[in-house]
Amino acid sequence: MKQFLALIKKEFAHVLRDRKTLLILFGMPVVQILIFGFALTNEVKNAKVLVVDQANDIASRQIIDKLEASRYFEIEEKSNNVHEVESTFKQGQVKLAVVFPLNFHHDLLHQNSAQLQVIADASDPNTAATLTNYVNSIVQDYTTDLNRSEVMPYQVTTQVRMLYNPQLKGAHNFVPGVMALVLMLVCVMMTAVSIVKEKETRTMEILLASPFKPILVIVAKTVPYLLLSLINLVSILLLSVFVLDLPVNGSVLLLFAESTLFIITCLTIGIFISVKTSSQQVAMLISLMGMLLPTILFSGFMFPIENMPLPLQIISNAIPAKWFYIIAKAIMIKGLGFSAIWRETLILAGITLVLLMVSLKSFKIRLS
Amino acid sequence: MKAVTLNGLSKVYGKGKAIAVNKVSFEVSNGELFGLIGPDGAGKTSIFRMLTTLLLPDGGSASVIGLDVVKDHKKIRSRVGYMPGRFSLYPDLTVEENLTFFATIFNTRLAENYHLIKDIYIQLEPFKKRMAGKLSGGMKQKLALCCALIHKPAVLFLDEPTTGVDPVSRREFWEMLKQLKQQAITIVVSTPYMDEANLCDRIGLIQSGDLLTVDTPANIISAYPEQLYAVKADNMPALLKTLSAYDEVLSNNAFGEYAHVSFKDQAIEVNVVQSYLQQQGLSGIELRRTPATIEDCFIKRLSN
Repeated sequence: MKQFLALIKKEFAHVLRDRKTLLILFGMPVVQILIFGFALTNEVKNAKVLVVDQANDIASRQIIDKLEASRYFEIEEKSNNVHEVESTFKQGQVKLAVVFPLNFHHDLLHQNSAQLQVIADASDPNTAATLTNYVNSIVQDYTTDLNRSEVMPYQVTTQVRMLYNPQLKGAHNFVPGVMALVLMLVCVMMTAVSIVKEKETRTMEILLASPFKPILVIVAKTVPYLLLSLINLVSILLLSVFVLDLPVNGSVLLLFAESTLFIITCLTIGIFISVKTSSQQVAMLISLMGMLLPTILFSGFMFPIENMPLPLQIISNAIPAKWFYIIAKAIMIKGLGFSAIWRETLILAGITLVLLMVSLKSFKIRLS
Repeated sequence: MKAVTLNGLSKVYGKGKAIAVNKVSFEVSNGELFGLIGPDGAGKTSIFRMLTTLLLPDGGSASVIGLDVVKDHKKIRSRVGYMPGRFSLYPDLTVEENLTFFATIFNTRLAENYHLIKDIYIQLEPFKKRMAGKLSGGMKQKLALCCALIHKPAVLFLDEPTTGVDPVSRREFWEMLKQLKQQAITIVVSTPYMDEANLCDRIGLIQSGDLLTVDTPANIISAYPEQLYAVKADNMPALLKTLSAYDEVLSNNAFGEYAHVSFKDQAIEVNVVQSYLQQQGLSGIELRRTPATIEDCFIKRLSN
């Protein structure tokens, strides 16, 4: 036990005395959350719109007012000239153009239908689709208002409810994702370097010549990073609650317990890499290429797994971040309890155990 | 029971291509200061690593305090002290922290064996709050020695402890080893410096993995067959050239500011040689008998 405490104390000294790394460790999650929260969002807000109002009548103005009132659009300029549309798009100033033809109101009243042209910059297909949908629903709204007094004979109306995230906020999606990413980065990379560093600086030689137990060394290496990661977790959650207005709907305690499990999984991955490699660079590369990339690709946080070809879907099962992402989303957003996520928890625990066993088995008690 | 026994110990690196240690056998008695002398790449470190159970031998066997280096590696590790050739302590821990850490790892306390390291540690004490990585070379060696001694090992393995250390610190270091010998600790030390060989009780000369000889330094020196002469002249390169062309010369090696020369005829007159060298146009000639050194013996054995 004394030996174990001495080992932990030593590891803490290594971590805490490396100020630069420490700064990165604590700074990274904050910066990432802020970047993802404010810069890299795929929500469409205040998209610039060009309105060509050739009609300039009551109907067109009412629709324009509705567009302007929505927080999705910002009417950039109004024009009467259809030919300006293309040049404005080419300058890249607007994402969308709405063109009202002449006699818009007149047609609507007398022919019972009027046409409204919506032109979108589809070089970004997602944004284009989202924006045209917004315009559609605003126009639909307007028509329903018009017909309020009259009873339509047959009509199906869709009642849409966005569960768990009614405002369609991006933060709901990325906070669990960034949590997975940051914990993965901190835990895997730092521990991956830790043992291999001792091999490289030869301190392993003297440690090996002492009566130590490999399991103690391995566990002691992970303790400081476990604590560090828990602090990071707290800062991520505080940021997401107070800065991004994303409350934790489920049990905070459960979230912490599951995160701790995920952190331990990542730590064992790091240890495994560290045991298997012989230089810090290789360990770093493997943890970056072998862990960070798959985490981004296969966790479901950036790209939906359901849309991937079957082989990739199967591969994604081996990525611990995928399971943690599911768990974190279930607790944070859906507010679900343990009964909903026990399967994912079990899988994470299983991966951890297997990795720990393999690492212990491959820990070399001699120099090679 | 001998402190250390090697029996045909061999180590081969890389699919049998590089033989680092070739069937080496020797014994070290309890309380002995044993030196393994040889140039870089002779196999000293490989032998040390096998004896400290860090490497598995590829042939032969070895035991330390009666324990087999393969089977009983755990027991050996808690009973021997090892100081690797390169500084291997934690540079980001202080002097004191390093010592306390290794004391704890070896299940002991600093106070328990303080008497063993006292003389060395006193010199380190003013710097005990300093990071080990920021110590001078000599201080690092002292700290490493303290860490290797902290658990009162039965056998102390020091792999090239004085390499890269200044001459004053080197002498101090050997003084410390002599004091440790008083504490009945068996010490096995390796060094590429031939002058340090005389400070050992017995030495083994090793070259390219082969053990050339094991004996006391005095015996090795007295076994040198020829009379040696130290020769000096104003123009040393010319002197060496002249000597190797001289048919009376048996061996001729540069040795600091002198050349060590032996002659085929053991009864050769000094004046004869001197006048020959003068005839060859050399000036400032100095020629006198000199006892052989370990290095002479080493070179002699290598040339055979």
